[in-house]
Amino acid sequence: MKNTSTIEQQTRIDFPVEKIRRDFPILSISVHGKPLVYLDNAASAQKPNLVIDTIKKYYLTENSNVHRGVHYLSELATKKYEAARVTVQKFLNAESEREIIFVRGTTEAINLVAATFGRKNVQAGDEVLITGLEHHSNIVPWQMLCEEKGARLRVAPINDDGEVVLEEFARLLSGKTKIAAISHISNALGTINPVKQMIEMAHQQGVPVLVDGAQAVPHIRIDVRDLDADFYTFSSHKIFGPTGLGILYGKTNLLESMPPYQGGGDMIKSVTFEKTIFNDIPHKYEAGTPHIAGAIGLAAAIDYMNSLDWDVVQQYEQTLLLLAHEKLAAIQGLRIIGTAKEKAGVVSFVLDGVHPHDIGTILDQEGIAIRTGHHCAQPVMQKYGIPATARASFAFYNTIEEIDTLIRGIQKVKEVFGHV
Amino acid sequence: MSDLKALYQEIILDHNRNPRNFKKMKDASCSVDGYNPLCGDHYTIYLKLDKGVITEISFQGSGCAISKASASVMSTVLKGKTRAEAEVLFEKFHHLVRGENKNENSAEEFGKLAAFAGVSEFPARVKCAILPWHTMKNALEEKKDIVSTE
Repeated sequence: MKNTSTIEQQTRIDFPVEKIRRDFPILSISVHGKPLVYLDNAASAQKPNLVIDTIKKYYLTENSNVHRGVHYLSELATKKYEAARVTVQKFLNAESEREIIFVRGTTEAINLVAATFGRKNVQAGDEVLITGLEHHSNIVPWQMLCEEKGARLRVAPINDDGEVVLEEFARLLSGKTKIAAISHISNALGTINPVKQMIEMAHQQGVPVLVDGAQAVPHIRIDVRDLDADFYTFSSHKIFGPTGLGILYGKTNLLESMPPYQGGGDMIKSVTFEKTIFNDIPHKYEAGTPHIAGAIGLAAAIDYMNSLDWDVVQQYEQTLLLLAHEKLAAIQGLRIIGTAKEKAGVVSFVLDGVHPHDIGTILDQEGIAIRTGHHCAQPVMQKYGIPATARASFAFYNTIEEIDTLIRGIQKVKEVFGHV
Repeated sequence: MSDLKALYQEIILDHNRNPRNFKKMKDASCSVDGYNPLCGDHYTIYLKLDKGVITEISFQGSGCAISKASASVMSTVLKGKTRAEAEVLFEKFHHLVRGENKNENSAEEFGKLAAFAGVSEFPARVKCAILPWHTMKNALEEKKDIVSTE
């Protein structure tokens, strides 16, 4: 982490946060009579008017099924749905919109790859490599696959700061490794993994890499071609879009070589009782009526993100993170969990003598929303020997004043528990 | 702050800091694990039963102040109670923390348990208060499965 003087310097950066906050109507509500301080962005981000209005407009004037009818509304919905795919393609700098699959979320994207690429390529005696900071959604699908196939799940450990030990990652890559699945940013610790470097290491061994980008896409710009990721996944609701929608990016040759995920309408070219010819990518992986409003809403969220100066956004978010780190660390009895050199968006902490769940309830009474618990990353908690943490997670609409409110809230927690 | 004081009453904070009967019981008649996956609360309840009477009760584990105090207070209340009396208290405690207690004389009737009445204002925390009681009930019924409040 950087030092204080750098923080103070960065605090002066000109960022129109108040203007941005007005774009997110929910940020002006009150909770328990106090202004909402929303610091649970890693769980789900709030939605700007642009997204809300776009979805409303879709249902008011554009709704129909896609890829089916010849009538006006069906053609309009299809056009908007496919335009959303192109928006995502450009957002990720993918080579073709055919490489963008609409799924329910990051979890389904990973399950899709495990069930298709995984089932086809992982056999008894093979290995799947993950890291010690993964979310359950990037552990359990691989565990299930390995169990089914008699393969072995290998885990590259993390050090005490919450960084993947790269030497171990390299050591665990071998001819047996059929895929590596790694988080871009840890949801529990905020660690930014050096994914470009890790992908290069894997590719040197001929191992394809899936990147779980759920926590990265809200904070940093992603270029899947620069990263050379084989698969990249993220969820719409964490980037200010609607829930129930996520993205699987996959390289064309991989997507074309994999078997379908689910069978049904839209994923076929022709069906007889003897034989079905599957559709081309991306439709091969999109059985049934998709979440059309979700895709169009996600495109609006991306349009919103694209309207911001992303260099300044990232600089501002780093300032929030560094300030939060500094102010939290100054509280007696508070320990920050996850102190990687490269971090984004998240500060996890524990407080002596107070369970995170109690911290969460007391902060809630102050209008402050944080997450408490194991963050669907129980192996990370086990590594630190704790059952749970309290986690504050930031978005670009959070303010320095909100961090001060959080600090005052934690002082209140100490008062209630008689630790002053 | 008034709601918080109702939740974190002194008796709850005291039992959280200094939990009573917080130990393993080697010669327990039965022991059952209770687990709340939402927040990671995890307790083991140990019971010694003699002719349908709880002669000893202890617990171990970790969790939030509400669940730990609930387990601790429960252990002090149930010692010497019959199986049937414990089950009645289980029902009453349920009503209390869910805000379904209509009895005006609750303070007298509930004794130390009355401290948990404030939990009913915090729906997300009801499970924390109830977890040790569910676990105890399963131990009474000698169910060996892990109890989960999810």
